[in-house]
Amino acid sequence: MDWLTILIIVIQCFVITLAVTTAFAYLTLFERRILARLQNRVGPNRAGPAGLLQPAADAVKLFFKEDIVPAMADKPVYLLAPAVAVIPALIIWAVIPFGCLNLNWDYQACYDPARTNLWNILQITDLNIGVLYVLAVTSIGVYGITLAGWASNNKYSMLGGIRSSAQLISYELALGCAVLSVVMTYGTLSTHEIVTQQQGGLWGIIPQLLGFVLYMIAATAEVVRAPFDLVEAEQELTGGYNTEYGSMKFALFFMAEYIKLIAVSALAVTFFFGGWHFPGLDILGREVTALAGPVAGSIVFGIVSLGAFLLKVVVFLFISVWVRASWPRLRYDRLMDLGWKWLLPVGLLNLVYTTVVIILIPDRVVHSWVLFGLGAITIAIAIGFNRTPKPIDNVTLVKDIQLPN
Amino acid sequence: MEVVVQITFGVIAVFILVAAAMVVSVRNVIHAALWLIACFFGVGALYMLLEAEFLAVVQVLIYVGAVSVLILFAIMLTRQITGEGVRQLTNRWPVVLAIATLLFATVLAPTLINQQWNVPPAPPLGTPEPIAGPAELGRGFVNEFLIQFQVVGVLLTVALIGAIVIAYEERARRRKVLTLAEELELKRLREQTSPTVPAPVEAEPVVQESRSASER
Repeated sequence: MDWLTILIIVIQCFVITLAVTTAFAYLTLFERRILARLQNRVGPNRAGPAGLLQPAADAVKLFFKEDIVPAMADKPVYLLAPAVAVIPALIIWAVIPFGCLNLNWDYQACYDPARTNLWNILQITDLNIGVLYVLAVTSIGVYGITLAGWASNNKYSMLGGIRSSAQLISYELALGCAVLSVVMTYGTLSTHEIVTQQQGGLWGIIPQLLGFVLYMIAATAEVVRAPFDLVEAEQELTGGYNTEYGSMKFALFFMAEYIKLIAVSALAVTFFFGGWHFPGLDILGREVTALAGPVAGSIVFGIVSLGAFLLKVVVFLFISVWVRASWPRLRYDRLMDLGWKWLLPVGLLNLVYTTVVIILIPDRVVHSWVLFGLGAITIAIAIGFNRTPKPIDNVTLVKDIQLPN
Repeated sequence: MEVVVQITFGVIAVFILVAAAMVVSVRNVIHAALWLIACFFGVGALYMLLEAEFLAVVQVLIYVGAVSVLILFAIMLTRQITGEGVRQLTNRWPVVLAIATLLFATVLAPTLINQQWNVPPAPPLGTPEPIAGPAELGRGFVNEFLIQFQVVGVLLTVALIGAIVIAYEERARRRKVLTLAEELELKRLREQTSPTVPAPVEAEPVVQESRSASER
């Protein structure tokens, strides 16, 4: 490994970190504007044209706020917690393929499963255990929230921290099941290979419809976003785990949450929506190569694939904001009920479906559609079961209460 | 390159030892748990240095991501942990130290004496390739090490059943979980019906209720 390769990797890391941080800043604006529109308001539109400078104004405000550490807080842990929250959110991007810009100037190497002659600059590293890396990094994301809740020495923060650790442990299993069924479908743990195997329009959502639904629910819970944001329920916990945090330390928590949201959207695109694939991308690469040579061909291929990936991610982010505007927060017992009694069994069932169908029907297209049908039937049955009223939902009115004899 | 690897190994090893020493010596239980997490990370880094990426990631996934979270969770749910005033050593700690050192030396001394440093033992002919990737590991589990794998599976199932048996509550013994408004209303009704004899405060059932509420 010569110094030029190392330099390129360092530049890649810098660019991705800066890009993700900027994306976070504009995601807050995006979310506020869309939420406002969905609630028939206007939203922030004063700073700059159409409010485009609002994130900069927020950042300046947060930077110049006074930095306060509560007197009774556990100081080292209190200061460590925001960093522990942000680092997993940033390092998870190392294995996500944003596109395929081959610096060896051959766009067809992107489709080559052996990955010879491929130097993809739009993915930092193509680990052969990329999916496991993603799961490992998401599993350490819980520490930031939990430690912040504990170290603040505040009962509301503490409640938020305990809620978060219980919630994240519960939903990690369902998330793992959903991701593992994708791994079983494609027979690889490398994210690049999962994307290349979705070539030809048979995107991951067709064999893994059930896996996709599970992934979306579990991932929303894993990034503690509405309707699973019990960790920071303002009405109950005065802000939750970050109550005692101000200025940049608060901003770091905020940043971790939104970057994780973008990361799980990017992973959803990678696993279920073909990654950087786009109809006609192959033809475009071939035609431009024929027209203007292999260098232009791979550059155009890379930029278009990056654009396709980002477009899909933005669609997912929009859906996430839409969900936040549409659903009320879950009650805590319902949250645990959903995680343990519905998502985990259905996730295990999906693993069984995937194994059995892929072993019985070796043909790719046929087993994909069979799995699609099974998934759709299972989702329909699960939703049907879930609509039957349960005794736990019966609420006694206060005036009807009688003394037990 | 060899020197860099040696230095990295030294740094990681010292880090692991310091973290492990801190786990047993700090007074605050949460800090001890954090040092334990640091220690697990160090072990993961050691695996990474040995080019066993799969084991490194699994180490982080299981020990850091699951086991330590449960430890932290349990500590946070435990009431009144004040480790500050507790003495960590008894008066006879030198005796314990001597015995522990002696036992450890008994185990380690033969290894250390017979060790040929820096000379990797040549593998005998016909040794299978070391298990590295997840695919080889999976094949190993279902072919060569099937019995061990099954035994571990049975062990985990037994532990799971045991946990359910301990935590299980008969349906008939479960009580309906009351909201705060309902509890206040019940209290008011009790006071109305028997104003002279105040209803005994049931300390035990309240704990029971909150437990079953979290389990549902």
